[in-house]
Amino acid sequence: MNHSPLGEKNMNSLITMNDLTNDDIHRILVDAEKLLPVAKGKLHFPLLKGKILGNLFFEPSTRTRMSFETAMKRLGGEVVNLGAVASSSVVKGETLHDTIRMVDGYSDVIALRHPLQGAAQYASDCANVPIANAGDGAGHHPTQTMLDLFTIKQAHGRIENLNVVLVGDLRFGRTVHSLSYALVRLGCKLTLVSPESLRLPDEIISELTDQGGKLVVTDELKPQLEDADVVYMTRIQKERFPDEDEYVRVAGIYKLDADDLSSVKTDMIVMHPLPRVDEINPDVDSTKHAAYFEQAFNGVVTRMALLCDMLNISIPDKIGGEN
Amino acid sequence: MTADEQSMRRVTAIRNGTVIDHIPGGMVLQALQIFNIDGRQSNPISLVMNVPSRKLGTKDILKIEDRELTQDELDRLALIAPIASVSIIRNYSVAEKLSIKLSDEMVNVAFCVYSNCISNSVREPLSHRLKVLNTAPMTLQCHYCGRNQNLERLVENLL
Repeated sequence: MNHSPLGEKNMNSLITMNDLTNDDIHRILVDAEKLLPVAKGKLHFPLLKGKILGNLFFEPSTRTRMSFETAMKRLGGEVVNLGAVASSSVVKGETLHDTIRMVDGYSDVIALRHPLQGAAQYASDCANVPIANAGDGAGHHPTQTMLDLFTIKQAHGRIENLNVVLVGDLRFGRTVHSLSYALVRLGCKLTLVSPESLRLPDEIISELTDQGGKLVVTDELKPQLEDADVVYMTRIQKERFPDEDEYVRVAGIYKLDADDLSSVKTDMIVMHPLPRVDEINPDVDSTKHAAYFEQAFNGVVTRMALLCDMLNISIPDKIGGEN
Repeated sequence: MTADEQSMRRVTAIRNGTVIDHIPGGMVLQALQIFNIDGRQSNPISLVMNVPSRKLGTKDILKIEDRELTQDELDRLALIAPIASVSIIRNYSVAEKLSIKLSDEMVNVAFCVYSNCISNSVREPLSHRLKVLNTAPMTLQCHYCGRNQNLERLVENLL
């Protein structure tokens, strides 16, 4: 056993999208598709019976935490939760290192969300069980990326060579950081729409460009809609701004309503990692373009496939066992 | 006499100590910081700044009398001067020539420049790890948060 802080990452941890090859991505998305009837509760398939997921969320979360929990339970596994940080030993000053070492002994895989960047990598260095990065500050959110890719593939039948428009908070939005790396690797063209103060960090732009990414940077949303295959809206995250005035200047800058979609491609989808504030008018919900609730559901099926992958459980081609 | 030899003689030869040549021009003050030399020590220190160099264009030279730097201390210099050449002087002669060893990772040399990185949580029992991605130009990345480091700021964060 190596619990040294100088230990190396568990091979099955998922910290950034760099931990997955393109082949891994495609394989996991195929696995996720196989598990759809299980995720919907139409089939009973306790593939992870006897396994325990440790859910450690140091920041608020609805979808990610619940979908990890649902994914584990749909596959017959169990979940232990840190619960509210205020009622855990964290308020007594327990280090992340000690919390991870403890939960490492209670579970077979850990989902971690933490406000500091690099927390998931550090946790992976401390733990023997694999860590799923469920968001580390403004860093990465690879399981969200996988469900986003699944949603895109379900809608378009492929991911490659699509024109994807990323909109809103591209600076602090960890979902778009992870997603942009994956989309460039898969050959998509990215249009990055944000106010100047919320542009994708230079470092990420230069890495994406080095990887051959085709990027367009702009602050205008409406002219981008016509050619888009995917419009990925994000919330301007008030909690990430050090300065309230700076937030007020950019809040509500991009809004999409049903009228804006009159001349878009018929199979264009609107995505959003949710929660939304006012970026997408509720009148978009009833259009054929709205994919964000489907996207939230896809969190369950994708995380089912990811949990199996991290626990080295292979998913048979044919799954059965009626409920 | 070559330009490099002329540069070396701008200050007197030392009897015992360490001579570091080929520090990139203008970086010698950061080198002092790396070796914790703040002027309060009693041993003589000589600096040469911004002299012509074939390898570097301009370079700095540092002579530290009566102190032989250890290999560990020298390896920290890789942050700013990965190709510096180092001589240990005893009785006016070069007793040893040392080179800076640059591994794939610098451990506990400096802490990440981003305050919202987990590695800056003072109570976490972790090693400060910087991956060496490239040496020319020097490109370092935090092992934890994965962000590239600004070298000028990193020198302020030396451990």
